[in-house]
Amino acid sequence: MALLEVENLRTRFATDRGVVRAVDGVSFTLEQGEVLGLVGESGSGKSVTSLSLMRLIREPPGKIEADKLVFDGVDLLKASESTMSSLRGGKMAMIFQDPMRSLNPVLTVGRQLTETLRRHLRLDGDAARRRAIELLEMVGIPLAEKRLNSYPHQFSGGMRQRVMIAIALSCNPRLLIADEATTALDVTIQAQIVDLVKRLTRDLGTAVIWISHDLGLVAGLCNRVNVMYAGRIAETGSVRDVFYRPSHGYTVGLIGCTPRVDRVGAPLTLIEGRPPDLIRPISLCPFLPRCAVAIDACNKTMPAMNTIEAGHAARCHADLSVFHQKGAA
Amino acid sequence: MADLAATRLSDKEDDFRPAGGLQLAARQLLRNPAATIGFAVLTLMVLAAIFAPLISPHNPIQIKLSAKLQPPSAVYWLGTDHFGRDVVSRLIYGARVSLSVGLLVILFSFSLGVPIGVLSGYVGGRLDATLMRLVDAFLTFPPLLLAVAIVGLLGPDIQNVMIALGVVQAPVLARLVRASTLAAREETYVTAVRALGASPTRIIVGHVLRNVLSPIVVQLTIGFSAAVVSEASLSFLGLGTQPPQPSWGRDLAEARRFMTDAPWLFLAPTLTIMLAVLSINFVGDGLRDALDPRSWVTRRRATQEADD
Ligand SMILES: Nc1ncnc2c1ncn2[C@@H]1O[C@H](COP(=O)(O)OP(=O)(O)O)[C@@H](O)[C@H]1O
Ligand SMILES: [Mg+2]
Repeated sequence: MALLEVENLRTRFATDRGVVRAVDGVSFTLEQGEVLGLVGESGSGKSVTSLSLMRLIREPPGKIEADKLVFDGVDLLKASESTMSSLRGGKMAMIFQDPMRSLNPVLTVGRQLTETLRRHLRLDGDAARRRAIELLEMVGIPLAEKRLNSYPHQFSGGMRQRVMIAIALSCNPRLLIADEATTALDVTIQAQIVDLVKRLTRDLGTAVIWISHDLGLVAGLCNRVNVMYAGRIAETGSVRDVFYRPSHGYTVGLIGCTPRVDRVGAPLTLIEGRPPDLIRPISLCPFLPRCAVAIDACNKTMPAMNTIEAGHAARCHADLSVFHQKGAA
Repeated sequence: MADLAATRLSDKEDDFRPAGGLQLAARQLLRNPAATIGFAVLTLMVLAAIFAPLISPHNPIQIKLSAKLQPPSAVYWLGTDHFGRDVVSRLIYGARVSLSVGLLVILFSFSLGVPIGVLSGYVGGRLDATLMRLVDAFLTFPPLLLAVAIVGLLGPDIQNVMIALGVVQAPVLARLVRASTLAAREETYVTAVRALGASPTRIIVGHVLRNVLSPIVVQLTIGFSAAVVSEASLSFLGLGTQPPQPSWGRDLAEARRFMTDAPWLFLAPTLTIMLAVLSINFVGDGLRDALDPRSWVTRRRATQEADD
């Protein structure tokens, strides 16, 4: 059984200007231990997707709907708030972009680690403390015992993100969502953190949803990638499929800016134009105004999700085989 | 080499013995000389109030017209008032009223204003709209006028003065706490703790409230000072402490009539009130800093920048 099944997830927000359809029809499944990449420009709905999975969207003004949203056998749409609380931090955990702000500035690191351990694993003071030290050692923080009494501002950005990882993995979750977890860090530290997550989640058998706007980084880490645009999945497939046989105009644009698959940290963006306003209804391919490979059909109908080969699909009318690299089928 | 730098950083902190956050904060408070002095002065005042019958040189309410308006002397250290009552003794007994007014008023406004502000800010929506409308209604009245009205309603009595001043101060605190809570609610760490399964109560008490404690403490020190002074005004209007009971504010108000003939009469309660207010402000400032680990030692921040 898949660990996570998402079918037609729709998350919208009521705002003064109108309803923002931040996520509009996202479907995917995630197997136990799988590492899935979620890429796309800023504003494409990656964070809202992940917050919806953990039901962390405030309702109202938000509203989460889906045909199916099942995690580890639990229907997340019907789950009570107390069921969600025990899942969060227990079976599903999340780390955020800004390690400067995702730790409470006025509590010691030890307090923040043991709080979660006590809650989910019902450890008492001493046991929680011992486990916290183990966890800090596990993520490579020197002098872990002493560091329990330190406050977040006494750590560097990279160290803080290690602490966040320690907290997120403390109760051995089945799923870890990393939302731009290395974006705020400089390149060397970024690589260290990626390695750490890779090693720990492999050892623990944790499934990962790695969110990034950096395709290169995702390529080095994930089995599969979902490319998101305007709150939808534009293309989905294995890392090899998406990189060597990109089948959506948007993916082609993204890869155009990331010349080599093995280069971690290459900057993305700079496809001309801006993403669409998510308040206006979308009737044609949302990428059309910016697309370099659009054909006549694109001006007439909304493309459906086309299967290119098993496990590889894209929501695009155009035939992009000219962009496919030779010998990489 | 962020990791190595961080190691060096923690080697320097030899005083980092295992301790809870509260202990660390208390240690920090005692490191602040102004706060320590303020704390000591307040402690002495509280002790004086408690043991007033033992340490007062004279009876504070006994009238002795033969000794009226005496300047400071060996018998009357700070002189006497227009009824010949010993000023020192009146100040010592007055501490009972003034300090209890200050403390109870902020206690009252804290227990009323903080829950309203936190709930309003964190829960939001209709609850927020209702509570804030109520709060705004109270805020439209001039504070002293509102206090007078409430005491007038409840009857002139020192307990009612405390209630009135608490009611007047609570909305101000509620507004402040709501604003701070709104800001804290949007912080990533609040989402992060929610993502770790913390219950709303836990988030509010353990994380949000803990982070808005500093502005609360500052507001409470202001509230304490305001309460001591307002008690004076209300007593002067005959609504609070009833004669011949001493209170700093009342005595100060009466002394105004003798400002030129007997300046000590005026100076003694003024300076006492100033000393109390200053002390509580020092303690408040110290608390504010002690409650915010980021302000503890700037040396560390400097080291840390090199580390990133
Ligand atoms: N609370 C909210 N209210 C209104 N709009 C929101 C809210 N949160 C996100 N959005 C909108 O949803 C869209 C997707 O946002 P997000 O998921 O954060 O993008 P990403 O993480 O891919 O950069 C954006 O257009 C954003 O403005
Ligand atoms: Mg995001």
